[in-house]
Amino acid sequence: MGASLATVWTLARKDLLLELRSKDIVLAIVVFALLVIAIFTFAIELTPSRARDVGPGVLWAAVAFAGVLGLNRSFAVEAEGDTLDGLMLTPVSRELIFFGKVLGNFIFITIAQVVIFPVFEALFNISVLQVETIVIALLASLGFAAVGTAFAAVSVRVRSREIMLPLLFLPTSVPLIMAAVESTSAVVDGGSWGDFSEWLQLAIAFDVIFMIASAVLFQFVLEE
Amino acid sequence: MTTSIQGASPMGTKNSVALAVQATGLEKSFGNAAVLRGLDMTVRDGEAVVIFGANGVGKSTLLRVLTTLTRPDYGSISIYGRDLSKQAEYARLSLGAVLHSPMLYGDMTIRENLNFFGKMFRVRDLPGRIEEMTDRLGLGPRMEQRTRELSHGYQKRAALARAMLHRPRILFLDEAETGLDEPARKVLDGVISEHRAAGHAVVMTTHSIERGIAESDRVFVLAGGRIALDAPSSHVTPNDVTGLYSDPSDA
Repeated sequence: MGASLATVWTLARKDLLLELRSKDIVLAIVVFALLVIAIFTFAIELTPSRARDVGPGVLWAAVAFAGVLGLNRSFAVEAEGDTLDGLMLTPVSRELIFFGKVLGNFIFITIAQVVIFPVFEALFNISVLQVETIVIALLASLGFAAVGTAFAAVSVRVRSREIMLPLLFLPTSVPLIMAAVESTSAVVDGGSWGDFSEWLQLAIAFDVIFMIASAVLFQFVLEE
Repeated sequence: MTTSIQGASPMGTKNSVALAVQATGLEKSFGNAAVLRGLDMTVRDGEAVVIFGANGVGKSTLLRVLTTLTRPDYGSISIYGRDLSKQAEYARLSLGAVLHSPMLYGDMTIRENLNFFGKMFRVRDLPGRIEEMTDRLGLGPRMEQRTRELSHGYQKRAALARAMLHRPRILFLDEAETGLDEPARKVLDGVISEHRAAGHAVVMTTHSIERGIAESDRVFVLAGGRIALDAPSSHVTPNDVTGLYSDPSDA
């Protein structure tokens, strides 16, 4: 178990080192998400009540769409030098490679959210920097990373990967996006944990199911 | 059907020698294109074999299948007795591969790449082993350079270091000498010789027929998705090889 965790961390740390040098993934997520949020602030006349109504939807749509860019990039790095083959030649199970990539992508999406949330809060003038929303954000990041990593592995081997990933990722992520939007809406309306516990359970169930299903899918995708 | 040449020993007759590779009935298609069609082959431990074949005949696919990178549609493979369908992770401990691309991270230095892959293989005394490979492959001055900044020759040397880091028993080389200058080619030849001298197996593909014959114990020619020739190198001439080349579209 300890050795497996060490391997997952070695894989994720490698992705962090590469990201530290290129800054491609986090920058792409942050810039795209902020652009979407900024466009909506200009497009909608933001009264306080309207901001509370549409804000959570705008926030999570922006994170989901921006996440696609980052996830695409995380596998493009592996495709460029055929390093995915290099990983597959190691005696590490495909599942551990998957979990390593998921951990790296989870960290990238989470770091991006650290920048996106305060800017969103300032522009929409609604408070999302709360413990509840941080928990929701972590659950959403994990789900996005799990689904996105598996589908990015599928997309990386096809010619039109930039189109393929959103077509696979966004429809599949609808339950998670709904759970995140509804939970965040409840929080900004002053609700307590009990008011959105069902949505949280949906997010947790989504994460568990797609973590397992994606890990299984990943190994078949890699060897085809 | 496998072509026989006078003096050739049939596959698998030296049963006392461990089998490094045993592949039976391998089939692999991409869409409607059948690349491997019931291919059988064995490689004995300590043996260097070369696989020849026309462009597009499936040499690289065969190496990808043997190195666990691609799953065959049918057939079984074992590497040193490890069945790849059940024990691929253990089998990968025994194999090293240099395929067409170096499989190194361009934004990481050679040392960082070797350190990363060494950890993935859980190489014992990793810093010492990296230094050993650095000296052996003449990588010293380039170790702290990012691999995307290196020449093709140094990228290949670094790829060889990655492939050899965990002391594999069998080395797969897919046209490894392509694009190498003379010094780099000598380094590659030296590594192959040492690997053979240590009693380990080598499976290589090359388009340089004379060189392939000279550097191997046994020659395979792949044609029509099968091994069309399996013979000791000492009994094979370049004409025997090219005579079996066929247009893959005929397969």
